[in-house]
Amino acid sequence: MNVDGLISNFGELTTTGLTVGAIYALVALGYTLVYGVLRLINFAHSEVFITGAYAALFTWAAFGLTGNSRVSGVGSIVFYLLVAMLVAALASATVATVIERVAYRPLRKRNAPPLAFLITAIGASIVISEAFGVYTRRLSRGAPAVVPSEPLFRIGNVGISWVELLIVGSALVMMVGLDQFINRSRVGRGIRAVSQDPNTAALMGVNKDRIIMMVFIAGGLMAGVAGVLYNVRIGALAYSVGFLLGLKAFTAAVLGGIGNLRGALLGGLLLGLTENYASGLFGAQWKDLTAFVVLVVLLMFRPTGLLGESLGRARA
Amino acid sequence: MTTVLEKVRAGREAAGERWRGAPRWVRWVLLAAVIAFFYALPNKEFYQWLGPIPTTGSNFGQVLFMMSIYVLLAVGLNIVVGFAGLLDLGYFGFFAVGAYTVAVLTSPSSDLKTVWPWLTVLPIGVALALVSGVLLGLPTLRLRGDYLAIVTLGFAEMIRLTATSAGFLRGQRGFNQIPHPPGEHADGTPIFGVLDARPYYWLVLTLIILVVLGVRNLTRSRVGRAWISIREDEDAAQLMGVPTFKFKLWAFASGAAIGGLAGVLFAGKQNFVNNQSFELLNSIIILAAVILGGSGNILGAIVGGGLAYYLIERFRGVELFGIELYEYRFMFFGLCLIVMMIYRPQGLIANRRRAAEFKDRRKEVIVGG
Repeated sequence: MNVDGLISNFGELTTTGLTVGAIYALVALGYTLVYGVLRLINFAHSEVFITGAYAALFTWAAFGLTGNSRVSGVGSIVFYLLVAMLVAALASATVATVIERVAYRPLRKRNAPPLAFLITAIGASIVISEAFGVYTRRLSRGAPAVVPSEPLFRIGNVGISWVELLIVGSALVMMVGLDQFINRSRVGRGIRAVSQDPNTAALMGVNKDRIIMMVFIAGGLMAGVAGVLYNVRIGALAYSVGFLLGLKAFTAAVLGGIGNLRGALLGGLLLGLTENYASGLFGAQWKDLTAFVVLVVLLMFRPTGLLGESLGRARA
Repeated sequence: MTTVLEKVRAGREAAGERWRGAPRWVRWVLLAAVIAFFYALPNKEFYQWLGPIPTTGSNFGQVLFMMSIYVLLAVGLNIVVGFAGLLDLGYFGFFAVGAYTVAVLTSPSSDLKTVWPWLTVLPIGVALALVSGVLLGLPTLRLRGDYLAIVTLGFAEMIRLTATSAGFLRGQRGFNQIPHPPGEHADGTPIFGVLDARPYYWLVLTLIILVVLGVRNLTRSRVGRAWISIREDEDAAQLMGVPTFKFKLWAFASGAAIGGLAGVLFAGKQNFVNNQSFELLNSIIILAAVILGGSGNILGAIVGGGLAYYLIERFRGVELFGIELYEYRFMFFGLCLIVMMIYRPQGLIANRRRAAEFKDRRKEVIVGG
């Protein structure tokens, strides 16, 4: 226990927690959306995220940016970010759709038991992450410094840079967008209907397969953007990071109440803060353990999460 | 193509019928022959006649030993996944508990300096694995199946992270000079030495036979019937008066104990244990082995476990079109999981009852599906 360490680094830990938490939240949305509609933990979602992260790196590499490059000038920063986000979001959404088609739909057609879905999902997850592992020769790759990380202004002794502002800002924008999409659009109404009662929704003329596809695409888009933000924040990428991040994002989704969009945001930020405070208190090597402890304790005492379950009831 | 498949299927069914229809003494003789074959397998005088079966890349005795460990693990996991229908993704965690118990209590590099003999620690390791199974099961077994999967996964990762970060578990430096099992030849040399893997293989093989006998009896008892009823429909089982939570915990604990036993045996052979031995993907390989062989079927688990490790080792050092196949081993098992679940969820050697469950579910009506 190192209470002094926690207090002296409190500001730093808070900003780190919030930025990392925002990334967790974006990935958590994918779990929450799919769970809300299919009552299924999309285990392969972590690999949807990794696909986005690699897509961003490859895009930057195509423009000649390597791990040592720095980008300057507002125009080029915005350009590189937007292009990477676009490519990453599309790549992630594509992979998510493929996973749905290959690993889930055949099982749904024959009404397989729930565990069967989980097993194919694990299979898909391993195939994708190993594909990246073999392709990158299991080496970690550096990301270019697209966004300047020098402090922009200070609050107390904590410097806030464009990196933090960008991550938290884009996470919030994406989330508000998704929330509006679910609550106001026609497809969103379909998603809520299917998550409330799939059979009745199907009888009322909602195309269930199409809705499920849309859910995977939406989760994929969020995860792709999260992949870009991860590169901006961490600056290096290895093929195996998806697993741990996915597990944490899942914890975040459960923490907020799985199936609940706003819960995902709350859960992500809370988990980010918790694990960073814990690392200040117990030492950085115990940081990754925090998520599991939170998950187990949560499932013991409040498995429905802080804000409660259900996408359909969120604003029915 | 289909006719060939049908012929194979018909042949397999006929073989199954013939086995069940054969007189008891024929079955015993055949079984004894198979067991004798596996006891004879690691001897060079025997396996040199077997053509391409022995592995080229590594010592065949060592490969057989690891195969037997995987078989033991698959038999244990089969109780949890196959019989009780609980998806445990962190099964290797119990293996780690067993191995680390031996390491901490017997190795001179441990802080405890107990340096007990291996045989004394054997029951302790199994008991600790069992206790950790119960401790993990208590909070999580009340939850839905997929939560359980994630939490068990987290548990295995927790054990790995603890092994890496906690000072007394020595991370990558690990524990060395872990004692071997006791026993001496007539001339005073130890039976369980460093160079020859065969005695260890025979030891594990014997234990597998005992464990399989135990598990077989367990699954034919009230406990086994309760597990199968939980797998088929937990709510219905509960309504019929089966204390589902208790029996799920039972399944979890017995699976964990077998995993721990495998860990203890592994540590006794390896002489050295560190955090590198417990990669998460190993849990997945064991799961793939059980699914591949046929979940809910002890013979299936045995074949699956042996086959899984054998394939990994057979691929080692083999190149196809300039590609090192060993690199692709995990990808192969991932694909295996998808393909098996879609096309043959009951596994290579199906349990008849389990296959019927999958068939039944297909007939149930899905609206708009």
